[in-house]
This record gives sequence, C-alpha cells and structure tokens, in this order.
Amino acid sequence: MGKTLFEKIWDAHVVRQLPDGTALLYIDRHLVHEVTSPQAFEGMRLAGRTLRRPELAFATMDHNVPTTEDRLNIEDPISRAQVDALQANCDAFGIKLFGLGDARQGIVHVIGPELGLTLPGLTIVCGDSHTSTHGAFGALAFGIGTSEVEHVLATQTLIQEKPGTYHIEFTGRLAPHISAKDMVLKMIGLMGTAGGAGHVLEYGGDAVRRLSMENRMTICNMSIEAGARAGMIAPDETTFDYITQQKRPYAPRGKDLERALAYWRTLPSDDDAAFDRTLTVDAARIAPQVTWGTNPGMVMDIDQPVPGPDTADGYSRSDVENALAYMGLTPGTRLTDVAVDVVFIGSCTNSRIEDLRQAAAILEGRKKANHVQLLVVPGSHAVREQAEAEGLDRIFKAAGAEWRYAGCSMCLGMNPDQLRPRQRSASTSNRNFEGRQGKGGRTHLVSPEMAAAAAVAGKFVDIRTWSST
Amino acid sequence: MTPFTQHTGIVATLDRANVDTDAIIPKQFLKSIKRIGYGPNAFFDWRYGPDGTPDAGFELNQPRFEGRSILVTRNNFGCGSSREHAVWALAQDGYRVVIAPWKEINGERLQGFADIFRSNAVKNGLLTIELAEADVDAIFDLVKHHPGLTATADLPSQTVTFHADAQQPVFAFRIDPGIKDKLQRGLDDIAQTLAYAADIDRFETTHDLWLHPPA
Ligand code: SF4
Repeated sequence: MGKTLFEKIWDAHVVRQLPDGTALLYIDRHLVHEVTSPQAFEGMRLAGRTLRRPELAFATMDHNVPTTEDRLNIEDPISRAQVDALQANCDAFGIKLFGLGDARQGIVHVIGPELGLTLPGLTIVCGDSHTSTHGAFGALAFGIGTSEVEHVLATQTLIQEKPGTYHIEFTGRLAPHISAKDMVLKMIGLMGTAGGAGHVLEYGGDAVRRLSMENRMTICNMSIEAGARAGMIAPDETTFDYITQQKRPYAPRGKDLERALAYWRTLPSDDDAAFDRTLTVDAARIAPQVTWGTNPGMVMDIDQPVPGPDTADGYSRSDVENALAYMGLTPGTRLTDVAVDVVFIGSCTNSRIEDLRQAAAILEGRKKANHVQLLVVPGSHAVREQAEAEGLDRIFKAAGAEWRYAGCSMCLGMNPDQLRPRQRSASTSNRNFEGRQGKGGRTHLVSPEMAAAAAVAGKFVDIRTWSST
Repeated sequence: MTPFTQHTGIVATLDRANVDTDAIIPKQFLKSIKRIGYGPNAFFDWRYGPDGTPDAGFELNQPRFEGRSILVTRNNFGCGSSREHAVWALAQDGYRVVIAPWKEINGERLQGFADIFRSNAVKNGLLTIELAEADVDAIFDLVKHHPGLTATADLPSQTVTFHADAQQPVFAFRIDPGIKDKLQRGLDDIAQTLAYAADIDRFETTHDLWLHPPA
C-alpha cells in the first residue's frame, strides 16, 4: 500500500522508535517567538544545557509588539521585558533573530515562508498552535508547548505519538468572492472544534489545487481550530514557483535546488494511500462564512439567521446560551442587520499580500463608515513594503483605515491593539474565543473581503449581493 | 517534575465544553518570563468581577469547591493556543487531575482534551483522564448531590473512585503506557532523550543536509 504525504515525512524523520510506541522525531526548523520561549531558555540555563543545533532555530517578535509608527518604544514594561528577554536569549544561545526594526521581522508564520525557511518535506515546530500554517508547503508543521520548545532546543528532536490521517477533499469551483477563509470556516463548522483532534489533515481536491500559496496558508493555518495536530497540502508547481520565483534567502539554490525539487516531487500522497478518515466538501456551494459564537466551529452562512439553543448542531443548550449572551445576540437575528465597531484585517491567517489585495479591491474608491475603526495590519515588514510598492496603502488610507506595522496586533490583544468590552469586530483572524481580542470584546471571524465590506457598510453584508456606491 | 501515583482531593465541576486556553489563562498573563505565579489567574475573566473580587456566579467559585484539586469538565478541554501557561496555571492553582469526556458524533470519537494541552499536562504532572460521556454525566450528578465530594485517582490501577457515602463508584480509565510511566516516575523527557544522543548523531549523518539552511 502507498503512503500519504504525512507518512512520507514522518518516516523520513524518525530517529528511533521508542519502547512505549512513541517516536523520537527529528526537527528541521524551530521557530521561536517571545511569548512561549523565555521559560524554555530559563530551563536550559538551570540545567546547564546547550543548544544542539542553534543554526536550525530562528526567532522573531510578533505578539507583544505595537504596530504604530513609534513601535520601537514599547511602553508596557512587561511586554518590553519579554522582548528584551528574547533578544538576550538569542544573543546568549547563538540564535538568528529577526528583531523589531529588522526588515525581515513579522508574524512568525508569515516570515517563515517568505524567507524560505518553510520548505516541502521538512518538520517544522514553533511554540505556537498556528504553526500548522507551514503545512501549506507540504511540510509537517505543528505547535508545541514550552517544555517541548526546551526539548527541541536541547535535542533537536521531539517525542511524538503518531497521529492519524484525515483527508479533506474540496471539490468543484468556488463562487466569486468566496475565499480560502470561507472554505476553512465551513469545514470547521462541519467538523467541530474537536473534529480533527489526534489527526493530521491533508487538504486536496480541485478547489485546493487552484489556490495560491497565500490562500493555502490561510486554510492550513486554521487546521488547529478544528483541533487537528497539523494541516498539509501536497507541494506542486504553485509551491515550487513560490519558493523559486522570488528571493527567499534560506531556500536552496542551484544544484541543491534541483535535488530538492526532485525530492519534493515524490512527496504527494500515493494514489493507493489510505487515510483513517475522510470528508468531502462541495466548494461550489460554500457561501460567505461568519461566526456567531465563541469558537470557530460556531459559524454559519451569512444569509442564515443566528441559531438558538435548539437549532445549533453539536452544542449543548448551555454552550449556546453562554455564547449568545457573551456575543449579545438573540436567535433569529440576521447578522446583516448587526453593526460593527471595529474591523481588523490582519493576523497570521489573513495578512499576506493577497489578503491585502483582496481587501483593497473592495475598499478602492470607497470609505469606511464613520463609526467604524478600520485596522489594516500587514503580517510582515516585507508584506508592508510590497503593499506600498503596489499602492495598496494609499487605497487603505483613502478609505479611512489605519495602516500599521507588522505584528499580531488585534488578533490576541496582548499589545496595545485591543477591543474594548462589548465592542463588536469583523475580524480576519482565527479565534473568536471570549476575550481573545480584548476582555469583553465580541469577535466575528470573516474573510478579508467580508471584513472590508463590513467596514464600508458599517455592518455585516453578504459580499455576493452587496453593492455600494 | 512531581511524580504522580495517587491523589485524593475535593472534586469541582465546570459545566462547559470547548474550554479554551485563552479562558484558562488570558493573554495578559502570558507576558511573564517566569514559570510560576499563574495560579491565582486561572480562569481570570470568569473568576473575577470587574472590581477584581471573586465573581460568585462562576461555578468554580462556589464555597463547596473550596480546596478542590480534581476538575471535572466537558469535551475538548484546553483547545486553542499551545500556551503551556494554561497547564501551569491549573497546576499552580492546586489542580492535580482533570477529567473530561470523549464524545461520539456520527460514529467518530472526539477527544476529551485537545492534543497540545494533553501533552503539556504530562510534562507538568497534571493527570488528564478521559471517560465516556455517560460516566462524566454521572460524576456531574454525584458532585451535585454530595457537597464536598472527594475522589481518589489511582494511576497504577488506572481508576478513579468517588467517595460518596455508601456508594463508592469506580471508573476505570485508559492511559498510554509511556505517559503512565513518565507520570509515575516524574521523568524529565530531555534527560531521557539525551540518552539517545548517539542515535541523533547517527541520524544527522544521513539526514539530507540540503534541507538545512545555509550556514
Ligand atoms: S497572529 Fe494571532 S494566531 Fe497568529 S501567531 Fe499572532 S497571535 Fe497567534
């Protein structure tokens, strides 16, 4: 029997099968950020351990950093201490850091692919659950906890249980204005937030093959919101073009690239490979998605009414009641009648150049509604520069948006960009948990186009039928 | 790491599914560079009112749960972010055991705990026990009717026993043998892996080097 993409990569990285059935897995790339690493470095110091392969670790600062012009001056002393600690730890342990002010700084999951650190066939980890993003290249990429960060620093390996495999097939062609974000939100709605637990998802089908790398990253990014260990897409010409057609400083070149390409072409799942589970989604029938509750599985088509305790599939009465109370919604409400206060376009889900282009196409020649705060936050400094080269920043500013510097920004409210209690956002980020964007804030997850249109209309709209002058 | 063999303590319930790690420890407490001090901030947004005093409406704040160390909750506990701070917060707030149900939907089994949370828990001596949904329903019921209910989680025999007057219901649980061993011995994974250094050295000599970045 053939092997899946996941199995090929897994098998190529098993250092040793351990007696208890787990495997010692070799890690090719370790991405590090300021929030989940300080305790790992402290552990290394206390135990007197050294880094096994410092050249395979790469660090940046993203969660804590302000995104305004004066971002280099972090006012919050605790945030500052964390950023300083990363700087000091990278210096002490010899790790390459793309720090604040560096042209390569950005959200860790945006800069990995940009720099060519993310490549097909690799094992990639980071102390961050959205590491699943990198699976869009046909890598095995997953998030780890701080103890595991320390384990990788010390040994360049991890002890892992082998997850199951789960094939998600998106058939057919997306309707106009429907994006990768809608595909993945739809899928999470079908699977639930625990549906993928213990599994690695592999996305396939025509609708996936047609997507750009940016959009593939959007899908893989949110695999964790379905509970999955990782998400992957087999590498193809789209992948290879992304890696080779622009300057990616850490990607192989010349003879190395030829060898790499030959290997990468062997990675896609074999025709006779079997998956533990499968799900087929008709992409042609996907409508714009918007979340109504407090986890990404509480999602619906924009033209549907908000469900109630008796109509929300897969959730208990009290779960739905809690969610609706927190969100300030009543069953039967149309979200197209609900006003938004803040629109956030950014995060490792939707802050790449294509996301910004899609949002700009909606905002061009239009203005945001007066009562809306519109934040556009590129995922990396490189994205920011490219957007400016294309003139997107001018469109955003003319529409009344705040055009920011790279960082996680309002995705998690750990830096100055936060929702205030009861403020309602249309957000292109990935989590609508209670308090995620700021204590008491109410988050609705949507695609970049839906977010941009909501900013103009001042409320949610159905992007398929919306027209404004 | 503190080894885990047996623990007896007061049982508390949290009747919510999909409790995410943002809820267990909100992001403002992630700015610390230390590994300690998270306990009082576990479930912060639910636990305290706007004035900073405990919110009497929050389930875990009930006086009957005073001194609890065993948490019984619903499906998919610990989903969301990879932050180990969530486990540190629970452990430092006095929890030694968390019990959650697996759930069956359309013939597929959904885990009681999110993957990364479960793996972080093992590394901090926090025992996660997965039981069938009907068992967890029964436990919720027991707690409701027996204020101050205690239970004993016994790792060697893989059982958890509830001390409810005359009845002593016992639930058996499954656990991965490797995880069981690690918890019982309080083993440090890194020390264990470093014993395989020769295997890692050997692996690196054949692992395709072009996959590595330029020096
Ligand atoms: S953008 Fe949001 S989800 Fe992504 S790494 Fe930053 S905080 Fe995490």
